[in-house]
Amino acid sequence: MPNLKDLKNRIASVKSTRKITKAMQMVAAAKLRRAQDAAEAARPYADKMADVVNGLAASVAGSETAPKLLAGTGSEQTHLLVVMTAERGLCGGFNSSIVKIARYRAEKLIKEGKTVKILTVGKKGREQLKRDLSAHLVDHVDLSEVKRVSYENAADISKKVFEMFDAGEFDVATIFYNRFESVISQVPTPKQIIPAVVPADAEADALYDYEPSEEAILEDLLPRSVTTQIFTALLENGASEQGARMSAMDNATRNAGDMIDKLTTEYNRSRQAAITKELIEIISGAEAL
Amino acid sequence: MADMMQFDLVSPERKLASGQVRAVQIPGADGDLTAMPEHAATITTLRPGVLTSEGPEGETRFVVTGGFAEITPQGTSVLAERAFPADAEGRAALDVILQEMRSKAANNSGPDKDALDKAADDLERAIASIS
Repeated sequence: MPNLKDLKNRIASVKSTRKITKAMQMVAAAKLRRAQDAAEAARPYADKMADVVNGLAASVAGSETAPKLLAGTGSEQTHLLVVMTAERGLCGGFNSSIVKIARYRAEKLIKEGKTVKILTVGKKGREQLKRDLSAHLVDHVDLSEVKRVSYENAADISKKVFEMFDAGEFDVATIFYNRFESVISQVPTPKQIIPAVVPADAEADALYDYEPSEEAILEDLLPRSVTTQIFTALLENGASEQGARMSAMDNATRNAGDMIDKLTTEYNRSRQAAITKELIEIISGAEAL
Repeated sequence: MADMMQFDLVSPERKLASGQVRAVQIPGADGDLTAMPEHAATITTLRPGVLTSEGPEGETRFVVTGGFAEITPQGTSVLAERAFPADAEGRAALDVILQEMRSKAANNSGPDKDALDKAADDLERAIASIS
């Protein structure tokens, strides 16, 4: 029979755990709202940008003057995987689901004989990938000091990517992040950013005048569009992280509640058993006299 | 109303303005231009400068640091790299950006430096014109 004092201590410890998870859940809920607002506020820019770039790209694609960011380097030998995870844990399967698809992709590419380089954003992804793919990690972006993701953070990441691209260090870049669908559903998503992917149904905008010229605008827009895509991914990731943490902490709080109930029942039973035992001892003692 | 058109000014982080306006003056990379309803469809890049929209409540001015604008006969959308309303708060933020640009220009050389210097000069002029 478990010791009464031990049981009492366990109950107290589970109760304080429940307090913490409950608080974390509420903090995540508040942060989630902010993250969702930020993601929403960034949407008009990203949508318009995608529209214009697709229209432009469709009319320039195929021509010999198409910039490298659009046409690619002509090879697909070296892949850069930008794995975006959170800086903190305790958010359910958020980090591992991104790492899982990134690792799967990396292993597939390695099997095909391609060279894989990995740029990690966020500590958690790096920790997990370090175990078996440490030889492929080339760089890391630390966002642990960043409270609110801004466009500049995305610009820092894209600057690193462009420096590597200009130096010819990779041919294809893909970002991995969690797309925010709802509080309970985040979808790990790979997205190719270099060379730019033009949807098959994009139509050339023949009706526009371009100032200065079509090529000059595209030259200016493509890097911006890559940065915007990274920014969108960062924001979606931020919202997903908080959503995942919220539901993970909600579950933890509920589990702690169940556990407290179970332990309390056990405690009461043990207490009553102890009382009964004492009574039996007293009564049998009295009868023996 | 045929003499009004839709105008949107967005930066990556937020939407700064959206509504019906009579005309928008845009600091294009090749020179200022004014977009009015039924303007020919144009896409232009921006230089740092002052963007003025003429709405029903009068003129509203913003300072943009770059980006591009899409003009169609129905409306104008400006996608600014960074944009600030032309008020004291915006000015303070712009002064910081100007300093950043200057120090960036000082650390560069060649054609990059010229481009950065020109952008910083443009921005300085824009700040001077709103204060």
